[in-house]
Amino acid sequence: MNKIWLIIKREYLTRVRNKTFILSTILLPLFFIGLIFAAAYFSVSSTENQKVAVSDNNGIFRSSFQSSKLITYEFPTDVNANNFKEKGYTAFLKIPEDYNSSGDSISLISDKQLGMDAEGKIKDQINDAIRNQAFLRNNIDKKILDSINKMSEDGMYKFRTVVKQGNKTEKSNSALSYGIGYGSGFLIYMTLFIYGAAVMRGVMEEKMNRIAEVIISSVKPFQLMMGKIIGIAAVGLTQLLIWIVLIILLSTVTTSFFSPEALQHAQAMNSMGAAGESSAAMNFLSAKSTFLSANWALIIPCFLFYFVGGYLFYASLFAAVGSVVNEDPQEAQSLMLPITMPIILSFIIMTTAVGKPDAPISVWGSIIPFSSPIVMMGRIPSGNVPAWQIIVSMLSLTAGFILTTMLAAKIYRTGILLYGKKVTFKEMGKWLFRKS
Amino acid sequence: MAILELQNLKKYYATHKAVDDISFSIPEGSIFGLLGPNGAGKTTLLRMITGIFYPDSGNIIFEGKKFNPVDDIAKIGYMPEERGLYKKMKIGEQALYLAMLKGMNRKDAMKKIKEWFVKFEMESWWNKKVDDLSKGMSQKLQFVTTVLHEPKLLILDEPFSGLDPVNSNLIKDEIFKLAQNGTTIIFSTHRMEQVEEICDKIVLVNNGKKILDGSLIQIKDDFKEHIFKIGFEGLPEPINSNSFEIVSSKENYFTVKIKKGNKPADVLKEFLDHRAEIISFNEILPSLNEIFIKVAGSSIKNN
Repeated sequence: MNKIWLIIKREYLTRVRNKTFILSTILLPLFFIGLIFAAAYFSVSSTENQKVAVSDNNGIFRSSFQSSKLITYEFPTDVNANNFKEKGYTAFLKIPEDYNSSGDSISLISDKQLGMDAEGKIKDQINDAIRNQAFLRNNIDKKILDSINKMSEDGMYKFRTVVKQGNKTEKSNSALSYGIGYGSGFLIYMTLFIYGAAVMRGVMEEKMNRIAEVIISSVKPFQLMMGKIIGIAAVGLTQLLIWIVLIILLSTVTTSFFSPEALQHAQAMNSMGAAGESSAAMNFLSAKSTFLSANWALIIPCFLFYFVGGYLFYASLFAAVGSVVNEDPQEAQSLMLPITMPIILSFIIMTTAVGKPDAPISVWGSIIPFSSPIVMMGRIPSGNVPAWQIIVSMLSLTAGFILTTMLAAKIYRTGILLYGKKVTFKEMGKWLFRKS
Repeated sequence: MAILELQNLKKYYATHKAVDDISFSIPEGSIFGLLGPNGAGKTTLLRMITGIFYPDSGNIIFEGKKFNPVDDIAKIGYMPEERGLYKKMKIGEQALYLAMLKGMNRKDAMKKIKEWFVKFEMESWWNKKVDDLSKGMSQKLQFVTTVLHEPKLLILDEPFSGLDPVNSNLIKDEIFKLAQNGTTIIFSTHRMEQVEEICDKIVLVNNGKKILDGSLIQIKDDFKEHIFKIGFEGLPEPINSNSFEIVSSKENYFTVKIKKGNKPADVLKEFLDHRAEIISFNEILPSLNEIFIKVAGSSIKNN
């Protein structure tokens, strides 16, 4: 036990002291935040004004098309599908001369994709125009029509979803649980690859440096393997902890951008349920309170369990692969395939599970240990996973990683000392069933 | 007393018999040579003695008891043929880590490491990484890490490969010193000439089988061909004799082979009778290499 502790300590310290660890741990969250800001910035600034030439000889749409910041509509007569570019338009909207029914096609011609956003806006304009005309044709007063059109969603109703479980009623927010489920599933998916690959590289390094033989003359191969796996798990948890601290720090820093008065005011407005005038402070506060409304008391412990459990399940398999690889990194690629496939598959199931947490594939996926770490995290934030499923899933994952570790240790023990020979899956199978 | 005794060890791989029924014993405090060409099964044998491999059958008796890797491993130091060190780890830390894995506590390990580093003039290397060392330097470090925990049995697989003569001698001297202090040393090599000046006792293996076993003196004696080299002050006329035959002559030397039933003194007497000015008279013993070729050749024929 003492020796395994030494190995864990070495694995942990050499990694944590490494400059790349320090940089990636601190820079990665900053990078993501930067990415979010950059995306937000570009989505605003890149929407340069699009000039669309509309050929509307019958004048059906002329009155109802409204130019916006994004799109300007013009109705020149000398523009056609061949020369709109020279005339300075980004697109040409052709409405057939004899337009009157749904069978007729309206075509938008441009020399490059306008983007979904712009296309959607143009379609909305056409829809509105057609609908308005239909109303007018049927003698609906234009004033009434305008007032109906002005009603916004917020003005008509407030939409709330409530999940009832027994006599407990909870405010639920499906977008939030979707986001948290997807985010945590994705995080586990990423970390399985990152730390799994770290284990594999570590094992390969020891084998190629031939230090493995020196160490195995002091400790058992199993101790060496477990020491590495646990050491890297500790590195992963450290990294996670640093990220959590960074996130909390950053959100506190953002809060301090707003003056206390503004926040107090916003809070008061919020509690009165006042809609309408919304300030940045209020947006921020409501986002924060929505975020805090998730069931973090369940999500965080579960996340930690599946983060560690999933890692332990796969890490030993990565170690086994590392132990049989020789100098050729290409070999590692093909040997890794049986491990990476289930991880990728779990990710795909997870994307379904966040939307349909009760679908059979989600339930099974979250119980079978190959996929449970990722899929279960996709389901848990939805708040309606029965306790027994969580317990069964956790037990099977625990049993699963004990089993994979035992099997992997058998391959590892032989592979780590075998040089210069390409190992096939068949041979590895033989090692599994051989007595020591 | 034998510190280590191997009884009918076998280790078969799918394709070949790496170790096929080998038995021998190693007296405590001796320098023992395990010899054989590449692929003879030496490394497999050593891996079984160090607890890395389990034998398919047979027994290993260590200090009179059945070998138990978990308990006995701390008493063994093993330097594998393929040297291994963490390339990115600092040398001092690395030595400390390996010593502690052998069960030393931190304080003792530090003290020992400092002693050895001073002895090998490595004190200034403490914070260097293995990557920054020359091959000879890392070889020295490897040796130090192997002997730090003062093993009772020290196993060296090709300890001189890649070392220059100066460092070779340095390590050779340390091996002798350790042996004088009671450490038993197993010295595995395919280079027979290295063994002649170091080992007391040897075992020769080939194709997984033991083909020779005994003290170096005994083995040489068994295989000697009664050949002597006689040096003269001015080469005399060749003598035709019943007691010996001149095999060759070169410069001022005759190489003679003494016929059965005769003694070296008879040869000397005959030359003296012919008034030859003898200045030297030496027995030529076969080198281990020659013995190996002879024995391995005949064992191949027997197969």
